[in-house]
Amino acid sequence: MSGFKRVMTAGVMVIVASAAALLAQTTSGFEPATNIGKESLPAGPLVYTAYAIVWLVLIGYVFMLWRRLDRVEKELREVAARIGSGKRS
Amino acid sequence: MKTANRFVPFLMLGAAVMFARAPFMIHDAPMESTMGLIQKIFYFHVPAASATFLAAAVCGIASALFLWRRNPAADHVAVSAAELAVVFGIIVLATGPLWARKAWGIWWQWDVRLTMTLVMWMVFVAYLLLRRFGGPGSEVLAAAVGLFGMALVPFIYISVNYWRTIHPTTNVVPSLPPEMAAPFWWSMLAFVLLFAAILIVRVRLESSRAALEDAYAALED
Repeated sequence: MSGFKRVMTAGVMVIVASAAALLAQTTSGFEPATNIGKESLPAGPLVYTAYAIVWLVLIGYVFMLWRRLDRVEKELREVAARIGSGKRS
Repeated sequence: MKTANRFVPFLMLGAAVMFARAPFMIHDAPMESTMGLIQKIFYFHVPAASATFLAAAVCGIASALFLWRRNPAADHVAVSAAELAVVFGIIVLATGPLWARKAWGIWWQWDVRLTMTLVMWMVFVAYLLLRRFGGPGSEVLAAAVGLFGMALVPFIYISVNYWRTIHPTTNVVPSLPPEMAAPFWWSMLAFVLLFAAILIVRVRLESSRAALEDAYAALED
């Protein structure tokens, strides 16, 4: 056998041996299941979180809006009073 | 404006009563056959989305009026509606993924409706940033942004009917059975009443701010 053919043959044998070893590894890895519980993500926490977000965002925004309005209208009254007192003097 | 302000207590009271009753109606509604309990997010998620679209439309129309007439009142309505589009958009973008996690197994999907809703929300965030940091004259540019935001609404609505998407189509609401339709429309009305009340108050805030600026200018004179 020529040198090139010897190298090719050896290479093929290495590849086949590796594939066989890998196949043996994978096929021996699985184990049959005996008792599998129903895998499920509970919906309750997600639903409650969603409604909590809705209430918090709405109540929070309404509260902030009322505070902003109160602050601006109070300042407007003060400035209007200063303008009024300035005109009188 | 004063006439609208008089309606606020009634709108708020109506919304409060409806929001208080809504959880009980939603609890009594039957569970959906494939999704189960998680489907109950629908009763607030869709009305919040509708309120977002309504806010976007109001902002766009008011922006168009402002660009046409340069009416300050239209500008006040536009900026108020833009803020509400962001607020209700937060609700939609927060509750949607919670529903999706259970129904689809993923928090988010870059499908057309979800992506375009996020883009529309970002457009209105950009509107508010422009108004906040844009300086004098930013109202005109912001109005153009508001118009663009409104233009996205019909695309978002029909997207689920024309593109392959994981999101439910627009056939869901018209085909609701009565026991699901009742709590849905109740929640929808509650959101609309709340939207109207908050919009009026927010416009009042904007008008007061403008009056305050004028008052300071008059004081300096």
